[in-house]
Amino acid sequence: MVNQTAQSSMNWNRINRGLIYAVLLTAALFYLLPLVVMVLTSFKTMDDIRSGNLISWPTEFVFDAWSKAWSTACTGVRCEGVEGYFWNSVQIVVPAVLISTFLGALNGYVFTKWKFRGSELLFGLLLFGCFIPFQVVLLPMAQTLGLLGLANTTAGLVFVHIVYGMAFTTLFFRNFYINIPGELVKAAQLDGAGFFTIFWRILLPISGPIIVVTIIWQTTQIWNDFLFGVVYGSGDTQPITVALNNLVNTSTGVKEYNVHMAAAIIAGLPTLLVYVLAGKYFVRGLTAGSVKG
Amino acid sequence: MGAHDRPEATAKAKGGLAWLERWLPKMVLAPTFIMMLVFIYGYIIWTAVLSMTNSRFLPSYDFVGLLQFEKLFENDRWLVACTNLGIFGGLFILVCLVLGVTLAILLDQKIRQEGAIRTVYLYPMALSFIVTGTAWKWMLNPGLGLEKVVRDLGFESFSFDWIVDPNMAIYTLVIAAVWQSSGFVMAMFLAGLRGIDNSIIQAAQIDGATLPKIYRRIILPSLRPVFFSAFIILSHIAIKSFDLVAAMTGGGPGYSTDLPATFMYAHSFTRSQIGLGAASAMLMLGGVLAILIPYLYSELRGSRNG
Repeated sequence: MVNQTAQSSMNWNRINRGLIYAVLLTAALFYLLPLVVMVLTSFKTMDDIRSGNLISWPTEFVFDAWSKAWSTACTGVRCEGVEGYFWNSVQIVVPAVLISTFLGALNGYVFTKWKFRGSELLFGLLLFGCFIPFQVVLLPMAQTLGLLGLANTTAGLVFVHIVYGMAFTTLFFRNFYINIPGELVKAAQLDGAGFFTIFWRILLPISGPIIVVTIIWQTTQIWNDFLFGVVYGSGDTQPITVALNNLVNTSTGVKEYNVHMAAAIIAGLPTLLVYVLAGKYFVRGLTAGSVKG
Repeated sequence: MGAHDRPEATAKAKGGLAWLERWLPKMVLAPTFIMMLVFIYGYIIWTAVLSMTNSRFLPSYDFVGLLQFEKLFENDRWLVACTNLGIFGGLFILVCLVLGVTLAILLDQKIRQEGAIRTVYLYPMALSFIVTGTAWKWMLNPGLGLEKVVRDLGFESFSFDWIVDPNMAIYTLVIAAVWQSSGFVMAMFLAGLRGIDNSIIQAAQIDGATLPKIYRRIILPSLRPVFFSAFIILSHIAIKSFDLVAAMTGGGPGYSTDLPATFMYAHSFTRSQIGLGAASAMLMLGGVLAILIPYLYSELRGSRNG
């Protein structure tokens, strides 16, 4: 009797485990499907695409779509592929990430180790910048960039990304530094270390993990940005997201889906690589950047 | 170099240094402070001013009161955009939460290869909505996409052309957005589950509670803060959704998949209706605040009590 119930509960258990794995793997297929489709399509010829279907294997693997996407595909009026736009994005991302991260570190340092009357309020006000829908600043910024002569320049986009990335980077560093004992700073002060000495010699050397998180977060955000890119960049200065969109949604000519997919992978590769290489930090950035104040 | 006037000089230098040390932190923050005042708060006020003018192609400062807001609510396209946000946001948030919590609970059952599965669920979050939208636009392509896959399986009359159907296109946005963001929600819930004290669950098990009952009565209720955080983030993503629409449907067919964000862009930058665009931006800000303020209020009150 007892044995029988034990036996049947074990069977149930096995069925349950089976079901759990089935659901999890089905979900995994759902998440993987678009990537698989993108990769397969990018290696097909157009004839192959028309005769097969999304998940059919390419009859032969060809790299034509990739080289076309990189160097000759038409994005709007220009037909030079996405290469130039890829480097535009790099030129925007690198300075914007470095500067906003550095400013975030300095701000976070002041907000935790050099508090003054009103600094908490100031931090709260700055935090609000993480939440505003950027539509509410788009028009004035367009005017300002025009006045400064930065409209449609890479420098203009770098500037915009620094301005609106700073709330996040400050949040990251502030939340990290707040857990570092104030005694460390006090002791250094007694030894005669000044404001910047403490920052350079004591806080920065232990900031490795949060620097990585911030850089990954900012890189992903800025690389993936479309709104600022489409509003403040034009022609030669557009980032790759805008170029990809122009390529895919152009109304003229035959739609070359294999080229579209290759271009999409090129546009997604850098952030995907960051995720694969530093996934742990990527997730930490996501959760740190979410809501916690 | 009189030895006797040295101490005084040092004292003076020290005084200067102390002054510097006292003001340095504020001076370091000053640029951020100014940038924040100008680029966040100043610009919000600027947009508010623009929303009350008759600006069209260029900003003008002829005050027209709330006329643009009145126009907005008589504008069919805006009403469609708001309705769409309701449908898209509601479904997107609901499905993400259900899917996220389900996958997290299942993944928390001591699953082999958990790390690999988690990586697969989460990678879409690393991609931009433009890339995501491009991929889904292709998969949903009527004639060549999923429709053809099913037809090739032998279901000749199968049709799946939602993306070009004005009544259904908005749901295709939900599919792609859920694909992009649900893994992140899963990660949040998984972190929440891992934070629950095991001894509570063991105690319940000793009392004879079944696993589903433990989840329903103990675990899910204790995940309430995660639900709230996820809700805030997802609604924020929904209100700001612009790239996904641009990549997948361009707001079409017609303007059937317009959202407030695409409405704002179209009117401000391609249709030369800056006043109207500014008004729509202000309402978007209002939407975010309507969700954010109660949340922050409860958070702050909670932390004061706890």
